[in-house]
Amino acid sequence: MDPRRSARTVSDPKVRQVGFFTPAAPPERSCSDPPRQQDLIQPQSPSSTQVNDHSRSGDSLSPVMIPPPPHHHSDTLLRTALQVSSPKTALSYSAKTVTIPTENDDVPSSLSPSRKFVAVKSPSSYPGVRAISVPASELTTVSVVNLPPGISEKVGGGASVEVQNDRPVSSKSLKEKTSKAERRAMQEAQRAAKAAAKAEGTKASSTATKVATSANTKPSKAAKPSSQKNDGSQFAASEKKVGDRAPEKDRKKDAPHPRMQYDDTSRVEKAKKRAVVKQTEVRNRVELFRHLPQYEHGTQLPDLETKFFELDPMHPAVYKVGLQYLSGDIRGGNARCIAMFLAFKEAIKDYSTPPEKTLIRDLTARISSYVSFLIECRPLSVSMGNAIKFLKNQIAKLPLALSESEAKATLMSDIDRFINEKIIVAEKVIVKHAVTKIRDGDVLLTYGASSAVGMILLHAHELGKQFRVVVVDSRPKLEGQLLLRRLVRKGLSCTYTHVNAVSCIMQEVTRVFLGASSVLSNGTVYSRVGTACVAMVAHAFRVPVLVCCEAYKFHERVQLDSICFNELGNPDAISKVHGREDINYLDGLVNRENLQLLNLVYDATPSDYVSMIITDYGMIPPTSVPVIVREYRREHLWS
Amino acid sequence: MADSALNPTSNVSAYYQTRSSQHAVVTSDWLAQAQAAVSRHTDDGDLLGSDGRAAAIGGRGEGSGKAFSVIDEFNSWRKQPDLAEAVAAIRALAAVIRTSEATTMMELEIELKKASDSLKSWDATSISLTAGCDLFLRYVTRTSALEYEDFNSAKSRLIERAEKFGEISCKARRIIAMLSQDFIFDGCTILVHGFSRVVLEVLKTAAENKKLFRVLCTEGRPDRTGLRFSNELAKLDVPVKLLIDSAVAYTMDEVDMVFVGADGVVESGGIINMMGTFQIALVAHSMNKPVYVAAESYKFARHYPLDQKDMAPALRSIDFGVPIPSKVEVETSARDYTPPQYLSLLFTDLGVLTPSVISDELIQLYL
Repeated sequence: MDPRRSARTVSDPKVRQVGFFTPAAPPERSCSDPPRQQDLIQPQSPSSTQVNDHSRSGDSLSPVMIPPPPHHHSDTLLRTALQVSSPKTALSYSAKTVTIPTENDDVPSSLSPSRKFVAVKSPSSYPGVRAISVPASELTTVSVVNLPPGISEKVGGGASVEVQNDRPVSSKSLKEKTSKAERRAMQEAQRAAKAAAKAEGTKASSTATKVATSANTKPSKAAKPSSQKNDGSQFAASEKKVGDRAPEKDRKKDAPHPRMQYDDTSRVEKAKKRAVVKQTEVRNRVELFRHLPQYEHGTQLPDLETKFFELDPMHPAVYKVGLQYLSGDIRGGNARCIAMFLAFKEAIKDYSTPPEKTLIRDLTARISSYVSFLIECRPLSVSMGNAIKFLKNQIAKLPLALSESEAKATLMSDIDRFINEKIIVAEKVIVKHAVTKIRDGDVLLTYGASSAVGMILLHAHELGKQFRVVVVDSRPKLEGQLLLRRLVRKGLSCTYTHVNAVSCIMQEVTRVFLGASSVLSNGTVYSRVGTACVAMVAHAFRVPVLVCCEAYKFHERVQLDSICFNELGNPDAISKVHGREDINYLDGLVNRENLQLLNLVYDATPSDYVSMIITDYGMIPPTSVPVIVREYRREHLWS
Repeated sequence: MADSALNPTSNVSAYYQTRSSQHAVVTSDWLAQAQAAVSRHTDDGDLLGSDGRAAAIGGRGEGSGKAFSVIDEFNSWRKQPDLAEAVAAIRALAAVIRTSEATTMMELEIELKKASDSLKSWDATSISLTAGCDLFLRYVTRTSALEYEDFNSAKSRLIERAEKFGEISCKARRIIAMLSQDFIFDGCTILVHGFSRVVLEVLKTAAENKKLFRVLCTEGRPDRTGLRFSNELAKLDVPVKLLIDSAVAYTMDEVDMVFVGADGVVESGGIINMMGTFQIALVAHSMNKPVYVAAESYKFARHYPLDQKDMAPALRSIDFGVPIPSKVEVETSARDYTPPQYLSLLFTDLGVLTPSVISDELIQLYL
């Protein structure tokens, strides 16, 4: 700790203490607020703590948040971001200049008048780096980290500074300031201190240390931990993976990763400013769900489409997939995951390591930027989160001696293997197990359109089993009709109804098959909204409920209700009925203050209602999900 | 075992007297059973035996044409009175390894697989036999670096593991008996269903430790397991009371705990046991009495029944003692499935487990 404190006077950005620490000594900073309990990050430089940061967690935030490039410039978001920090900050928030302490230092002198001002305060830590790493523990970090790739380019210096550019660039210039040796010494000292404090530190802290070494990954990290619900620790830990796989990592991985909570307006603003996709927030939001992002639908697509040719650093394949998510063309956990991975494969194929950068870090950073873009289009599903974790893991495990083309080939084959083993073959295994539970004369009920359940029903039909299917559907998505179409075409006898009638139809049902977006560690099934209703009614009628879910969708998170983690869909979809113009009762009322439309996308089914979970590891009771997660992760890490 | 059909009590009401006279028939079936029991005294069945035996009698002894027949070995092991069938199978399989003439690992494994298949087919409805064979195969072949050693040392290692597994299985009952001692307190009343040698061992140990307890045995029709069990307990000087199967709910008030064995323990944590166990567990659950299951670990099977009819049926002909018109159907299933929510604890040689741990163990073993 102390070495770090003294280091502050030296404008050394790398030093930064983040994590669940209570500061040994209150930092003698000019910051107005003492570190708060909730603030996990302990910014080093007082200056960073906002002097007048109006945001609550401002103090801890500042270094993390660093330069939110507000677009005070008339240019596009990109360009503004470019200017990197200081000038912007100086302009945008006079108050906030303080917050960007380090950055300002980094910025080349030409940039910011406020630099001097900042310098006095002594920069806390290397903004980009730490900031991002911190978010892991910090609840509110802005989700969209990296300014759109374009920005990086503009920034002088670092030729192909990837992503998160501005930071890297500034860091580079900063580096020139303090001598390398000095910084190394600083780093070592901090690393030692970190190692000592690791007992209580969170992954964030380790991340911080590691981050110090890998400059390029910073922004990506910020984006990931904050916004990605699933990645969190894993992701941060895997970043560091280069060389270090300490056992504490496992422990830290167990800590929940924070996500961006959207009720904090300041952070939301910051996030918005960095966003590629410009979204406007819906005005009337249900109070209980203010922590989830809700944007006006329909506004992003045209905007993004026009930007298609401008987003240089963003790979077109990824962009395309993002647009497909936004418009709803691709839905379903498996489909989204596969589409994302195929896009990443393209991106990796076209990737070339910029000079003076290592492939591992650079590629990881780039992938992170893609992911943050995808998050803006539509929040990640658990399957995608796990898949991304896997990919980052694989990248981090690449032996350094590999040539670029070999590394790329390895990664691409890893992706292929993942898709094949965990998704395609897994589905086949699930089908094989599940058809043993279907007997002649059964009446099977299913809800929504799960790819796994569809395949089970079709396969059982092919095997010649005699059974009936009841497909239950619900507005506004009416996904059940997709499944119904497939079944009817193949000749199965089906009944179609809406979820309102499920208690009537349940009397004749013998088995219920449900799909899942994810299964959490306490056995809770996180799936399309309405699944919980169906499972509850089935339980009341003593009908066994079988959930079919591939093992890669399991998550170690625990969720007790459907509120703390969910996705909000388009509210207009529930106020209007497509094709029925006469149902216009809500026209003109939608923007009233006393009307709040709530369109949830997911819900959580408690494990008591689930009889069995069918996975590619066999049929397991809901209580055994953490066992699979434990075994799966282990195999994951060691494979 | 004699006079089991009659139940003379001095103050039986008139109504019941007439009824008992109707039932007091010494059936020919009973006589045949008594004779068979004398000759087959190895089949002092555990629950598994009671249902599987009848089905398997026909298919017994169809050993392969090899010089060494695993079935013969199996049967010779089974002649020991106290040995569970699965343990006999395990010992037989261990003998297969020992006497095998294979020269490569692959060949040995194939031989083992064949032997295990023939054992399983000897009684296809027996869950513990199947489970025991599967577990044995996994346990034995799971040693790492088998392929790197020369064949003989690998083989001896396999034999070692096989013996060890056999030992564990034999000692399983003792371990379970020791673990369950804490749960039997002085003055408690235990309800027992079916004839499980593990439960018998538990109660024997408790009696040896000078615990004072009382046992209520259900009659266990049609196998009369309760009668045999009460005989054994009487020898230990443990106060025993016999109940007819229907009297369970009536006496549940005075019961402190229910002890049963298991034919097989399934992946959900539930058990498959003699017909009537589910009923008793339901009654016990609704009256808040704990249900304890004593089962060895080789009975853990990878089945997952969703309801009573989801298992392979095990039928046993029931003789009611009186002729039944041919158009009357009889439910002849010999076992039922008790879901995990009605069980409190399982005493196994791996420790005292809750039902949800079973899946954990199975996953660790099979994956």
